[in-house]
This record gives sequence, structure tokens and C-alpha cells, in this order.
Amino acid sequence: MRDFLLRRLVQVLPTVFGLLVLIFVVSRMIPGDPVRLALGPEATKQQIAAYEEKLGLDRPLPAQFGHYVAGLFRGDLGESFRTSRDVRLDIRDFLPATVELVTTALIVAVCLGVPFGILSAVYPNTWVDNLSRLVAVPGVALPRFWVGILLQVGLAYQLGLFPIVGRATRAPQSISGLYLLDAALTGDGTAFLDAARHLVLPTLTLALPTLAQVARLTRAAMIDVLRRPFMLVHAAYGVSPRRMVWRYGLRNGLTSVLTLVGMTYGALIENAFLVEVVFSWPGLSAYGAAAVLAKDFNAVVGVTLVVGLSFVLANVLVDLLYGYVDPRVRYN
Amino acid sequence: MSIPASATTELPGLHAAARRRRPARWVRRFLRNPLSAAGATIVALLVGCALIPGLLAPFPGDAGPSVHFDRASRPPGAVHWFGTDEVGRDIFSRTVYGARVSLALVVAVLGIALGVGVPLGLVAGYWNGHWSSAGIMRVTDVFLSVPPLALALAVTAAFRPDLWSAMLAISFTWWPWFTRLVYGEVLSRREEPYVEAARALGQHDAVVLIREILPNVVSPVVVKATLDVSFVILLGSGLAFLGVGAQEPTPDWGAMVARGRTFLPNNWWMSTMPGLAIFVAVMGFNLLGDALRDALDVWGQ
Repeated sequence: MRDFLLRRLVQVLPTVFGLLVLIFVVSRMIPGDPVRLALGPEATKQQIAAYEEKLGLDRPLPAQFGHYVAGLFRGDLGESFRTSRDVRLDIRDFLPATVELVTTALIVAVCLGVPFGILSAVYPNTWVDNLSRLVAVPGVALPRFWVGILLQVGLAYQLGLFPIVGRATRAPQSISGLYLLDAALTGDGTAFLDAARHLVLPTLTLALPTLAQVARLTRAAMIDVLRRPFMLVHAAYGVSPRRMVWRYGLRNGLTSVLTLVGMTYGALIENAFLVEVVFSWPGLSAYGAAAVLAKDFNAVVGVTLVVGLSFVLANVLVDLLYGYVDPRVRYN
Repeated sequence: MSIPASATTELPGLHAAARRRRPARWVRRFLRNPLSAAGATIVALLVGCALIPGLLAPFPGDAGPSVHFDRASRPPGAVHWFGTDEVGRDIFSRTVYGARVSLALVVAVLGIALGVGVPLGLVAGYWNGHWSSAGIMRVTDVFLSVPPLALALAVTAAFRPDLWSAMLAISFTWWPWFTRLVYGEVLSRREEPYVEAARALGQHDAVVLIREILPNVVSPVVVKATLDVSFVILLGSGLAFLGVGAQEPTPDWGAMVARGRTFLPNNWWMSTMPGLAIFVAVMGFNLLGDALRDALDVWGQ
């Protein structure tokens, strides 16, 4: 298991290196001279030259890449032109909000999607199944930013059930930066409820299409498993239907669901870009989108790097879970 | 985004029984399903909107930067089905013209992605084991390791925000999917007897690749491209929504949603109506893609 993890991480290295090159190349394609953008039109020649030297932009590209990678190893992502702060500090401030949103959305999608899928597999062509189909087929076609706006108009503006935008009225004392967790840890009940209320609509928006996918896939996987001969044998031995579904069926059907969840993580991260903008959620994606508009290339590179890396790591994690769920998967 | 969820909703082998590829049969099977017919109708309507928007839109002049303050911010009604925006342009007309923007984006992106991705996949699959194949597939892996919207967003930073840069940025993220698909298909095809026979006859590698292998790769590629249309529409409208895609006064659905958002909650129609168009378009292409996949039964094997 540990060997597998190490080997898998080594396999990831070329991808990560490629990712670095890709993002670097993309960031250096930016025309219109980032230096001029950063210093403004009033800058003198000397100022520009000094700034270029400071950023290392006067050196050849491979040297710049080396410098950039060396900086990365020191945890230095450069300075953001837009916020005039270290990109690393910006990311540290904005990342927790995104992590909180994406994680709750993933939990909601899996915890509702899997049981829903199982129910419609166990009772095919009943109202449960039809309902899940009714939600699932259009579910994947929904543009999330539009769902967000609909929920905002309906539930927040009209009915006033939830806050319209933002993450909290009052932030709890910061420990991890995840408001729900921090509020729970400090025993701050009102802050917890407040954060939860703010979280409901963004989470729902982000989770809904994913939930639909998870439900449909679980259904397909479960139907496939329930038809296998060994299920018939279990039935013949008098294993209770409940035990058959949850213990024998689910265990076998879960592998393909896991694959989907791994890929889904990427979908959630990128859709967070849209959802965060709709709900003015102070997360990494909103920061990244603003950075793109401002051509703040250090920040763009930093955000893309964090998103890419977390996506790569999520896939490694899914590979590890395979073995846990399905003992037939060997790690060597 | 990226996994065609629909690809997983049907059980494999369900249609295996009826898999003789006579055109009449698959056309009939295709039309029998009401959902496929609905999908085909929606797509036909969209194509109609894209080709002759001037005939379908009640206020064709409103696609551009025109201003009619006398009828600004009207809610949906008999004259303006989707209402009017803050400068009085008919939102329904703009939505009709928006189909042209969306489909142009799709055609450009899929054209570039197919043009780049398919040849690379053919080469990588046919000369598997050669260093160039390994190189192509590693580069593909790198591109696939960033979620498309994040990568496209990073790429648009390099350009002025407009429709063209959105097209380029999405194409930039899209070709690897086709490379990987074609690579896999070619790997499984190239060992087949007819390929060996062609080689034994002394055919040039390029001829074998194009005459013998390529035709067998076409149908999965077509199905993937059809299913991809909806993802490209979603991605494109997402970029426009974030402000890095098409700009005012181009009637792009995503940009219209973003602009209308400023006037929430009172003028709710300004952003919900164009959003509805995105939903219907994506739904139509999804249904059509599913139907094509079942009819051609590419992944049912």
C-alpha cells in the first residue's frame, strides 16, 4: 500500500512537471507587456528596466522557467499585480472558502446521489426511478450559474429563506479557514448556523448536476450487479434483501461510482468558478476569474497550478480508494 | 465537466441484439424514441436560428448595439416574449441571434479539436511504442490534468476578451479528449486481420492508417463530438458569463445572463431567459447525442 502510494506519486511527477511547463508557457504568451500593465502608462524606461530585472523578465525563457520553478520550491509564487501581495498569501486567504464549498457540494452529491441511485435500481420503473430520471436527464444540462441565479431569485430574494450573497455575516474565529469547522471547533453556535445558511444555496447550485450524474451512474452500476448470478445464490441462501443490496451489491457497484467521483471533483472545482461569482463567494475561483480579467499573470499561474495539482492528487486518492472498496484491486 | 454522464446511463449490451448496421434500421430506431425526436427538433430549431435569425427574430435590429429607451425593461408579454433589456432591446430576438454565436463557437472548437486531436491520436496509436507516441500521450495527460474551464480561463488571460479568444482557449483544452479516444480505438484496431492483410500487401503505413483504420474510428468520434457539443456550449457560455468570452453587443447567452444579473431581482427575465436558452440547447444536443450513440451503438459493445 505504501509502496503503491510512492510509486503512484512518482508517476504523477512528469504530469506535474508538464503542468508547470504548460502553465508557464501560457502565462508568458500574455502580450501587452505585463510590466507596462503593472506600472501604468506613466512609467519611465528606467523603472520598466528595473522592474523587468526584478521579475527576471530580461533573461531568456529557459532561465526564467528555472527561476520560476526554483521560486516554487521555496513556496514563492511571485507578487500579484492586482492586489500587490504575495500570490501565496492571497491563495492561502481565498482557498479555504473554495475547499469548503467544493467539499460540501461533493458530500451532498454523493450522500444524496448514491442512495437515490440505489433506490431506483432496486425499484426500477417505479416513482422513485422515474423521479430520479426526471431530475437526472435535465440535471446535466443545467448551466450552474443559471441555477444559482434561479435559486437566488426564488429562495433568497422572493422568499428570503437564505442570504443572497456572501459567506457569513460574522466570520468565526479562524483556525482552518473553513467556517463551519472553525465555528464547530470554537463552539460558536450562532456563527455555525450563519455559515451553514450562507452555504446552502451555493452548495445546492454546485451539487445539483453532479448529484444527477452520481444517481444515474449508481443506478446503472447497481442494476448491473443485482443481475449477477452470485446475487441469485445469496438470495437462494436466504440472505435478506436489505443485506444483499447494501452489503454485497453496493460493495461491487461502488468502483465505477468512485471513478465518477474522482472526475467529478474536477467538475466541481471548475464550476466553482461560476458559482462563486454568482454568490460573491470569496473563494479562489472568484480570485482567479478577477485575476484573468486584470491580466494578473502571477495570480493566474498560481490559481491554475493549485487547481491542477489538487485535481491530480484527487485522482491519486481515488486510485487508493479502489483498493479499499474492491479487494480484487492489487496495488502491485 | 467532461464525462458525458449520458454515456453511463444506459446499460452496456442493451441494444447489442439489434446491432446490424443497416442505415434504414438505425434511422427507424432513432426516430421511434420520442426523446430522440425531441432532441432532433430542438437541434433543428437551433440550427434554423443560427442560419436565418433575421427571419425568426421579431426585432432583428436588436442583435446589435441599438437603443430603444421607450420600451426599456419591459417584462415578458405578447410583443416581447422574453421581455426587453435595460436599453429596450427585445431579449427574444437577441436570444435567437445568440444561437448563431453558440453554434459558431461549437463549430470552431470542434473543428480545431478534431483537426488537431484526431491526427495526433492516429499517429500515437499506430506507432505505439515509438517515442513520438509516448510523447504525444504524455502531453495529452498534462492537458487533461487541468479541468477545462480553469485551463481555458488561464488561456484567455493571454488575449483580449472576445469570442475569438474564447474559441481558441476552449479548442486549446479540447483536442486531448479526441487524441485519447482515437488512440484507444486505433490500438484495438491495428491488430485486426484486415490491417495485417493491407500491410502484407505492401501498403504504405499512411495508406493503411487512412484507408483501413480511419473509417473504423469515425463513428465513436462522431458520437463523442455530438455529446461534446453540449459541453462546449456550457463552457463557452461559462466563459462569457465570467466576462472573458464574447462581449457586448454580441448577443451571447452567457454574457446576457451576466449583464442581466445586475438588474436582479426586479428584472428577473433579463438573465433567466437567455439562461433558459442555454439549458434547452444543451438538453437538445444531449438527447440527440444519446440517441445517436444508441443508434450507432458505439459504446454498447
